[in-house]
Amino acid sequence: MILYFLTLVLFVMGLYCLVAKKNIIKKIIGIVITEYSINLFLILIGYRKGGVAPIILKGMDAGVVAESSVDPLPQALVLTSIVIGLGVLALMVAICLRLYEKYKTFDMSDINKLQG
Amino acid sequence: MEIYLLTLLIFMIIGALIAIETKNLLSSVISVGVVGFTLSIAFLMLRAPDIAITQVVVEILILVVLIRATITRDNTSIEGRGGTFPFVSSLIFFGLFLIFAFFALKELPRFGEPLMKVSERYLRMGPEQTKAMNIVTGILLDFRAYDTIGEATVLLTSIVGAFCILRRRGRKLVEDADDEKTGILEDEDIKGSFEGF
Amino acid sequence: MVDLDQEIRDSKKGMTPIVKTITRFVMGIIVMFGAYIVLYGHLTPGGGFAGGVILACGYILLTLGFGKDVSLKKMNNLAASLLDNLGVLIFLSIGLLGTTAGYFFLNFIDHGQDFKLFSSGIIPLCNIAIALKVTSSLFAIFLALSIFGRFVSTLVEEEE
Repeated sequence: MILYFLTLVLFVMGLYCLVAKKNIIKKIIGIVITEYSINLFLILIGYRKGGVAPIILKGMDAGVVAESSVDPLPQALVLTSIVIGLGVLALMVAICLRLYEKYKTFDMSDINKLQG
Repeated sequence: MEIYLLTLLIFMIIGALIAIETKNLLSSVISVGVVGFTLSIAFLMLRAPDIAITQVVVEILILVVLIRATITRDNTSIEGRGGTFPFVSSLIFFGLFLIFAFFALKELPRFGEPLMKVSERYLRMGPEQTKAMNIVTGILLDFRAYDTIGEATVLLTSIVGAFCILRRRGRKLVEDADDEKTGILEDEDIKGSFEGF
Repeated sequence: MVDLDQEIRDSKKGMTPIVKTITRFVMGIIVMFGAYIVLYGHLTPGGGFAGGVILACGYILLTLGFGKDVSLKKMNNLAASLLDNLGVLIFLSIGLLGTTAGYFFLNFIDHGQDFKLFSSGIIPLCNIAIALKVTSSLFAIFLALSIFGRFVSTLVEEEE
């Protein structure tokens, strides 16, 4: 229970960094921290006390794994989510570099002000 | 077990706090790296080895991309908040969110007793229907292959989008011929400035 | 070990000789490890995504250690784009081939025995296609961001 709550505190810290900072790179760092917290939350939900990893090695019995393994479904979905986070980060940094080239600054309030 | 996870989470929160508040951009990128590697240790303790491997390597690439973004000429300290209104309102709303989340989290099943209605079927019939001994890979590529197609599409779209944004400098005049080749290296402005890399 | 000429070893581009020596030793191990994680994805932890990212890290190490000429000879930017799309096409066509035997994405190849490398149907082929896609995608985005970008950092300019 307290573990879930601390994970949500990490999520809120990432959101705060996204909303209330002026520097674009800080906003990107906020998005990265939010993604970490959500992946951790999904894996925390699927944990079973005293569980084994969902892999059958050569000497093991398949029944033991089926009885007492942790939940494999959130693990499969979080695996794709981590790699998608990397792709979206590349897109965000590309946009950020383009903005720097046009406005010569990383400061969001200056970029907001320049209305031509 | 819970004590270890609690320690790791408190370490992550301290690292995130440093990443958010420090003025030097390079220091905050390194703090994000610390949070990512601690997350990988937490995944290993939660019995998820596939995800721990993936998180370590993706964390390295996130650090490489972020350091590329921060080493420009105008590096440090455009710091400070964006005014008082976002700061105060975000504190109020996120405080309300945390209070409601505390009541909502009581409805979830207790930590350590998951509700595995679909996963029981995957665990029982996974090794015999697909002969994959790694059940997570069996779910990813046999039971739930549509999600993997969606993931490949999202990666493809984001990479193509990043290419389109980084491709040319400015617009061309209308009278110029429209016969550029594909590939990034054909821009004359770029070719001249990279002789000694 | 990577096969390079003497003049590349002595050239001023890239990093110091310590980094170049270590990179030459370690590159083969990185590629072999990445291929192992991709191919044994259905028996041990790993799979296509983790192995693809490891292979991309190997190429990025080559670029950072030796300068962009050496690594562009191994996979230039056009080849990276082509391999990227080829990976997705192979993955989709494996899924469409499943319709010949039943429904979309049916696991139609013979399943084989437990614990062997060539078992479990289409799963190793799909792992290889995904690894191809992820490797070339991440290497191409690294090239676009850092080498073909539009402004040079002060670190790179001072080394000339």
